Amino acid sequence: MPIRYPPIPSSEITEQNLYLQRRKFIRNSALGISSAMLPEIGTAARLHAAYSRYSTTEVATGYKEVTSYNNYYEFGTDKSDPADYAPSLKTRPWTISISGEVNRPRVWDIDALINTFPLEERIYRMRCVEGWSMVIPWLGFPLASLIHQAEPTGKAKYVEFTTLYDPAQMPGQRRAVLDWPYVEGLRMDEAMHSLTLLAVGLYGETLPNQNGAPVRLVVPWKYGFKSAKAIVRIRFTDQQPLTAWARSVPSEYGFYSNVNPAVDHPRWSQAKERRIGEFFKRNTLPFNGYAEQVAGLYRGMDLRKYF
Amino acid sequence: MALNDPVTRLKILVFLLAGFPLAWLVVLAINSQLGANPVEFITHFTGTWTLVGLMLTLTVTPLRQLTGYAHLLRIRRMLGLFTFFYASLHFITYIWLDQFFDLHAIIKDVYKRPFITVGFIAYLLLIPLAVTSSNAMIRRLSAKRWQSLHRLVYVIAILGVIHYWWLVKKDIRQPLIYAGILTILLGWRVIRRQRAFYKSR
Ligand code: HEM
Repeated sequence: MPIRYPPIPSSEITEQNLYLQRRKFIRNSALGISSAMLPEIGTAARLHAAYSRYSTTEVATGYKEVTSYNNYYEFGTDKSDPADYAPSLKTRPWTISISGEVNRPRVWDIDALINTFPLEERIYRMRCVEGWSMVIPWLGFPLASLIHQAEPTGKAKYVEFTTLYDPAQMPGQRRAVLDWPYVEGLRMDEAMHSLTLLAVGLYGETLPNQNGAPVRLVVPWKYGFKSAKAIVRIRFTDQQPLTAWARSVPSEYGFYSNVNPAVDHPRWSQAKERRIGEFFKRNTLPFNGYAEQVAGLYRGMDLRKYF
Repeated sequence: MALNDPVTRLKILVFLLAGFPLAWLVVLAINSQLGANPVEFITHFTGTWTLVGLMLTLTVTPLRQLTGYAHLLRIRRMLGLFTFFYASLHFITYIWLDQFFDLHAIIKDVYKRPFITVGFIAYLLLIPLAVTSSNAMIRRLSAKRWQSLHRLVYVIAILGVIHYWWLVKKDIRQPLIYAGILTILLGWRVIRRQRAFYKSR
């Protein structure tokens, strides 16, 4: 059972304390020790999770970088916009509807969801389509657990994820940079894969708004934009979803968007990446280093055609 | 070069203003305020100031024509050379910090990435302009030839805007602003020429 601890007023915790805690966390993550083994310090947002063998032992990118440099076009197209404009987003109450080709459609309350499925800490590599990467300690549970619970019908071939549409709270949606709301999708076997995560936390705490609170997808072998944020709807379909980027620029972004150093973006190379915090670029790995686990999903497919 | 000469003062002022972005960048770097991705920051910073430099350089002539203040022409060369300076920083950032002298990757990039190709051509075209920005060179070339050579700056500015336009992922607001400004600056010249042409007939 995952346990949520009662809030301790933040006045009881000094900034420094939190900071040291995070430093310690980073160090421990690097050693493969999960936050569950650390002494409880508890803020309102502290989450508990079990260690996962799917975690990488690579050094996690700093908390500050992870929470201040990312793409989240709902809040603007600059990478500092999410941290600037997302904090005011209201993430409670929040519901996620499960619909489409399932026997048990339902509407989940976010807290019920967090309390139902045991949380794990998964430290994953994240590769952005723009050529930079991070290592991020997520907390979440396998999407497969939720899918099992929903009992998909035989017609369910794809899963579609929809992000909140609320221009009043999401200033980026007031401009038609993309066709809102943001829609992403996975093939059923991708969605069921044990690496595919529904994340509700980061660095031992609930997700910061700029990273996709209250719940987001994390598919570590695909470019970052596949991992939809602030999800309000998960729909099972027999048709391949028309995803936001693929609809907007079909020549540059495909449905699959697996990390692939051999298939360049039409306008830039994907062979290398800059790991945030490192000076030199490193080589990008097929499927972002998860080839052993996921390459089988695409056996026999022409990855140049299905980019 | 007396300090009480208004033109000298103007030149000093422009020199200080034009050097300010670099000073700012250095201060940010010393204070580790270049963000999570410093190389990207520097690339964007120097690229932006190159483009701004081009626009400012192209503003001098219209401004002189509008105000009748002939001495403005004397800051044009300085602005142009500063533009070349920022373009060089931008180019060096790319060669050194971004690609780390990986010649193979650079050649491939220039050849395969339209936005790099265009930026590269723009930079190559800036070189002869920078080299010929001295009184001695103007004399050697003859003012007329010098002038037609320096018309290349129109092409460079257009390539600069295209470079920016092609590199953004989706949000083209910024490149659009530069395109708008450039249209005004070049449109002004076209209209004046046409007027002059009709008057002379
Ligand atoms: C006159 C010449 C040039 C001008 C006016 C120019 C201008 C710019 C501008 C305005 C930006 C975008 C800044 C931003 O996003 O805030 C940029 C980015 C960039 N430029 Fe240039 N540039 C020039 C030449 C070059 C050259 C010669 C190269 C390399 C061979 C180059 C490589 C790049 C790269 C790699 C980026 C960043 C792209 C990205 O982040 O995706 N540029 N440049």
